[in-house]
This record gives sequence, C-alpha cells and structure tokens, in this order.
Amino acid sequence: MIKIIAGRLFQLIPVLWIILTLTFFMTKIVPGGPFSAERQATPEVIAQLNAYYGLDKPVWQQYLRYLSKVVMFDFGPSYTYQSESVNEVIGRAFPISLQIGTLAFCIALVIGVTAGVIAAANKNKLLDYLPMSISMLGICLPTFVLGPILALVFGLVLKLAPVSGWYGLNYVPLHPAVMPAVTLGLFYAAYIARLTRGGMLDILNQDFIRTARAKGVPEHEIIFRHASRGGLLPVVAFLGPCFAGLISGSFVVEKVFNVPGLGQEFIKSVFNRDYPLILGTVVFFGALIVIFNLVSDVVQLLLDPRSRN
Amino acid sequence: MSSAMKTVIGVIAVLFAGVLVWMFARGTATDRSSYSLTLREANRNKILLLTVGSEPRTLDPQAAQGVTEHHIIMAMIEGLVAPSINDQAKVVPGMADRWEHNDDYSVWMFHIGEDRKWSNGDSITAHDFVFSYKRMLTASFGAQYAENLYILKGAEEYYNGKTGNFDDVGVKAIDDHNLRIELVGPTPYLLSLVQHDSWLPINPKTILKFGNIDTRDTKWTHAGNYVANGPFIMKTWRPNDVIEVVRNPLYWDAANVKLNGINFYSIENSNTGGRAFQAGQLHKTDQVSLDKVPYYRRMHPELIRIDPYEGVYFYRINISRKVLDNPKVRLALNLAIDRDAIVKNILREDQKPATGFTPPGMGDYTPLNKITYDPERARQLLAEAGYPKGKGFPKFTIHFNTLESHRAIAEAIQQMWKEELGIDVTLENQEWKVYLDTQNSINYDISRSAWIGDFLDPVTFLSMWTAGNGNNNTHWANSKYDALIEQAARTGDPKTRLDILHRAEELFLSELPVVLVYWYTNTYLLQPSVQNWYPLVLGNHNYKYIDLKDEFERAK
Repeated sequence: MIKIIAGRLFQLIPVLWIILTLTFFMTKIVPGGPFSAERQATPEVIAQLNAYYGLDKPVWQQYLRYLSKVVMFDFGPSYTYQSESVNEVIGRAFPISLQIGTLAFCIALVIGVTAGVIAAANKNKLLDYLPMSISMLGICLPTFVLGPILALVFGLVLKLAPVSGWYGLNYVPLHPAVMPAVTLGLFYAAYIARLTRGGMLDILNQDFIRTARAKGVPEHEIIFRHASRGGLLPVVAFLGPCFAGLISGSFVVEKVFNVPGLGQEFIKSVFNRDYPLILGTVVFFGALIVIFNLVSDVVQLLLDPRSRN
Repeated sequence: MSSAMKTVIGVIAVLFAGVLVWMFARGTATDRSSYSLTLREANRNKILLLTVGSEPRTLDPQAAQGVTEHHIIMAMIEGLVAPSINDQAKVVPGMADRWEHNDDYSVWMFHIGEDRKWSNGDSITAHDFVFSYKRMLTASFGAQYAENLYILKGAEEYYNGKTGNFDDVGVKAIDDHNLRIELVGPTPYLLSLVQHDSWLPINPKTILKFGNIDTRDTKWTHAGNYVANGPFIMKTWRPNDVIEVVRNPLYWDAANVKLNGINFYSIENSNTGGRAFQAGQLHKTDQVSLDKVPYYRRMHPELIRIDPYEGVYFYRINISRKVLDNPKVRLALNLAIDRDAIVKNILREDQKPATGFTPPGMGDYTPLNKITYDPERARQLLAEAGYPKGKGFPKFTIHFNTLESHRAIAEAIQQMWKEELGIDVTLENQEWKVYLDTQNSINYDISRSAWIGDFLDPVTFLSMWTAGNGNNNTHWANSKYDALIEQAARTGDPKTRLDILHRAEELFLSELPVVLVYWYTNTYLLQPSVQNWYPLVLGNHNYKYIDLKDEFERAK
C-alpha cells in the first residue's frame, strides 16, 4: 500500500511537467496578448512591457526561465493583478473555493448517496422514480439557472443569505458560502445519486445478496451491510475528481454570487491572457486532481479486496 | 469493515469537519465592519456602497488604464484641479489653488496650495508633479498612457530617448509651490486633461520606498502603503470583493467632505449587481442588464438613471478592401441604417443616434448632424458605385466581440442592409482578445468598435483618425485631415480652433471609414438617498460632494 502511494506521488512530477509544458506552449499559440486593449498603447509601450516581463525573448528561453522559477515554486507575477504574484492570488482565492467546495461536497455526498440508496431499495416504485426524476432535473438544470433562483428565493425574498460578496456579510444569518455551496452541491448530488443507484442495483442482483435474503437477513441490513460496500464503489471512484473539481471553484457559481474564489481567477486569467496565472492555476488544479484521484484509489483499495492484488 | 479502512474514512471525515468548523468560526468571528452594513446603517454612518464593475488591475494612477480604476483612484488622488459638482466643463481647485495661462494657452502656471498634504503628512510640492510626470515618461516604466503627456514640450523626445535630460521637458518646479507647464501648442482643454489618471500626482517618497522610478507592480498600492492626497484613503483592499476607503483627515478640504467612507465592490455580472442593489447591499450599480431596463423604467423610474456619456459606438471599415474603398459605398452603408430603430428597440437606454462622430457635450463644440437615415439616397449611391440593388456586391463580414448586445445590433444592421440595399453580410463573433488582435492588425472587413473620450474636447475623438495613429486601424488616411488636426493644435483662439476641428470632422464624415451607430448613455441604478449625484458626461464624480440622506428607501 505504502509502495503504491509513494509510486503514485512520484508520478505526480512528470504529470505536472507535461501539463505545464503543454499549457505553456498552448498559451503562446493562442492569438491575443496580455497587453492589448480597446485603446491600444503605442507599439513602443507594448515593446517596453514585453521586455519588462521577458516576453520579448524567444519562446524556448521564456520556457526555460519559467521552468527554472517553477521548480522553486515561484510562479511569477500576475499581469492582471498588477501588484500580486500568482502564488498570492492562489493563496487568497483557494481558501474560499476550498470552503465552498467542501461544503458542497458534503451536501452532494449526503443528498446523493441517500437518494441513490433509497431509489435502489425501491426499484421501479414511486420512491425510485421520484428521486431519480429530481436528480435528472438536477443534472439538466445548469448552475447559472439554479444559482440566480436560489439567490432570488433565499437572498431577496427570505433575506437569509447575501446575494453578492464574501467578507463579513453577517447581517444575514447564512454564511456567504452556503448558497454557492448548495448550488454546486445539488448539481453533483444529482450525479452521485444516479451513480449510487446504478452501483447498488448491480450488487443487489448478485447471488450473495440472494443468499442473504434466503437466509432471512433483514432488508435494511442487506442494504447497509452487504450491498453498500460494493455498491458504493463507483461513487468512491468518482469522489476523488469530484472533490478536486469542487474545491477548485466554479466560474459560474462564483460569478453568480460574486465570491472571490479560484474558479473565476482561472477563467479570467485565460480571458486576460495572464500567462503566469493561467499556468499557475492549471498546475495547481492538476496537482489537486492527481492527489484526490490517489485518495479515492486508496479508499477503493480498502473497500474492494479484489483490487488489492 | 477493516480497521485500516475505518481509520482512513475517519481521518477524511475529521478533515471535512475541520474545514467546515474553521469556515463558520471564521465567518462569525469577522468583525461587524463597515462592508457588512445594510443600506439603512450605511446611510446613517454616511458610507457610500457602490459597484464599479470589474476588479481594478491596479490603483497606481500611472499604470491604470480603465474607467473602473479611474473611479476608485478619483476618491484617493486629486489632480491639479478637480471636477465640479454638476458641470463637467467647470473645474474646482484641487492641488492647485490658482492657475493662469498665457494668451494662446500654451504655457500654464499652477500654484500648489500651501495647505495641500499627502496622507503621510508630507507637503505636496511642485516637485512631486515633476517627479510624477518624469515617471510617466520613463520608457522603461511602460505606462500605457504615456502618450497622453506628449503635449508637454519635449516629452516625446524624452520618452524616445532623444534627450536624456528631464530638464528639457516642459514641466518645471519654479519653487515648491509654483509649477510651470509648457506645451507643444495651445491647449485650451488642459484643465480637463489634467484630471485624467495619467496626469495625477503620486508620492515620490512612497514610490521610491517600494522600488525605483520605473518599477512596475510594487506593493505601494496596497492598503496600509497607499499614500493619497484626495478626500479618502484606502482602508482595505480585498481583491474581487471590496475596496474600502475612509475619510482622509489630512485632505486640504476635509471640512467639506460629506461622506465618512466609500466601499467599492467589484461585481462584474450586471445581474448579480442588480440583485445586490435590490437586496440593499448597494447604493449604486455601474450598469443595468439590458433586459431589466424596461422594467425599471416602467416600475421604478425613481431608481434608474440614464445620463449622457461621452462615447460613440461605431463600426470600423477596412478601406483597403475592394468595394469598401469607395466612399460612395461607405456612405450608402451609413445612410441605410435606421439608428432610431436600433436605439428604441434594441438598446432602450435613450442612446442618441450618432449623426456625427464626436458626441454631444464636448463643451462649445456642437456635434455634427450629417449622417441620417436616408434609404432612398443610400440606394442611389450604391447604384452610382456600380451595385444597383446590391447586384454583384461582395459578401463582407461584420466582426464583433462576443456579447449579446453586439450581436443584436449586428443582426439589425445586417437586416437593414439586406432590406434597403439588397446586400448580404455575414456575422462573426470572436473572443475579446482575439477580436482585439483582428482589429489591431486590420484583418477584418467591418469591425464593431467603440470610443470613450478621456477629456472634454473633440480632439479626444478626432486625433485617432490621423494617418498612422495606433487607434486608426482602418487604413484610412487623408493628408488634408491631418493638416487640419495639426492646425487646430497650433491655434490658440478657442473658437477658431473648434471651427477647424469642425472642418476636420466634416471631412472625415464625407469619407467615412466608419459606420456610425449611436452615442452612449450611462445607465445605472441609484438609491434616492444618494445626494448630489448629478449626470456628468465623463462620469467623473468628485466624491467630496456626494452625501447620503439618513432615511431608508427600499428598492422593490
């Protein structure tokens, strides 16, 4: 087990290097530059700026220079936030996305698994169709529709949550993370519910479950004790990338509720051709995804004896 | 369950619980500070809550480029003169308490008031302005707006390294309190110009504490470091959320500042901004989403403001393209557009159909009324050009950056050209930076454009059309036009000068490398408790005049 984990962590380095290299050269191919604006500065000014940020050098030199900095964990200055480094931007924005993501993850997990198990236990009955149709709705309803609806109901009508902003908005009862987290969480909950139902039904059709039923084991024990262990495997496999995705922030949800998380920094860095910030966030997300995939693999190993060999 | 598995799941659960506890503990532990005020409390405490759109990229006035940045910097840095309460053509004393100029407006003397101080206690001197302009003109600093200072004598030469001595540039501190500005030519609009970010002073000591004169992106703009000279000083800057400024006790006119502070929220999404306004989180939004305008106009006219704004929306025409190189064709394209219909049916914010390039409100310059809706003449012109009823007219593309309203306008124009002239155009949208690239490399047929004036004089609209200007981007060049702009720059008498500029614009409109669409308005939501917020064409509000009534009026 330790060997597997160490091996996977070691793989992280080449994976991140490939991500970094591909992204670096892709940003150079995309048309448009960080300093173009509707009102163009004179060519002399643009040349000065390019020289200032080392963008006048050949691309391979820029690449080597960048790589030599990255190994020291220095991702360079942001062009958009003119007095902040990429590390500072990630450092202030990630904790916010982490809070929203964690809460969203818990919401997704609790609602998703519960709904999925209920549906599987009541196959082809009302308690199957109802949660499954709601979850279909959840998957189809984009966050940019759900978000404003929640903001309208809980922010404007019930006045329980702020409709915009993050810091210290404590004149409303709910923490500013709650509405974004619910919006995000419900979307993932719907997906998890379908995965859970599928996985559980697979297991419930197997011989050992039939044996257990024949032996007279109560239904709740069959579901929670015998079926859940195998039935939740597909969910566990999904949870790693799901968690990484949730805590890395969502552009749409962050824009709808105007919270200063990392998701919008990532998207905006692309719009602004803020090369260092693009690279910094891509590498950061890459690392998160690799790490949480590893975590979910480990949990799977523990749950499923078959995959241990 | 195996014990290892239970441990792992337990650890994960504890981690989640930890993050949740931390976040809520943090949420409740935050002080009840001014950025969590309700509107009622904000009115009572005289804290103005407003949004300025996107997050500012910097608050260094000399590195700033955008309107967002300008509106925040205005609260903290004051130039030689400042905007008056309700008339953009008038100015009030700023750092200068008096000023004079010679007969042809080419040499100005500004007297810096003895009581003017930086927020760190230093006196403000004429030397500070000289340092500021030197920084703007230091090429290695890379100020995007350095060009704005080229009207200073010798400035362009200094920037381009033709002279290394800043004494050759036309800005001198005669002594601590007298600043002499010598310009390349008569500049009657200098007082409007010096309110622009590029002309604002910065504190030399602070700049040099955090770097050299040409170091970009230092931390001097952060809260705690920012040294201001305006009515307010920075208290907090939380990126993508709020910038909080509070009353500056060392401001020379502090006794007349009405507000105790301003919170600038960065809310990019106009729907979110609208909801924040409705929820009582804001006194003012920076815009109103297009689909909400009719609702507010009908249901809450007391909350919506539509002010004239110094900007023009138009299409650039690439006149190196065959057929489009014919002025008759270009005039026909202009005359076939029913601008009233576009403004009334698509935009609905009282924009004015652009009948000339320079919008109204430019001081004594009367806007031209040359381009109207005249489909009959448009068809005739097109026939004269050799394309009766659009026969044989090549298919061009209207190019615009991805935005709903740009598409709607382009579709309307596409249809008008089809119906009136019988010509087909296609539409193509591009992502913002790609669009800029296409436009700047003049790699388009017809390209959606806009221009917002920097100061109150028609040259801010007309100088861009001279040959080789970096913002021309149409291949259009006319030596007569260039000569007129040049002549205007040498003319001291304001009236003669405006006449020359009129002639230049008439010439431009007879050749029309553009398709005119509309003149801007500035639409926003404003709580009635905000006092002294008058419509201003440049949108430059001098925050020291703004006041709040201590009463609560809710937006429905």
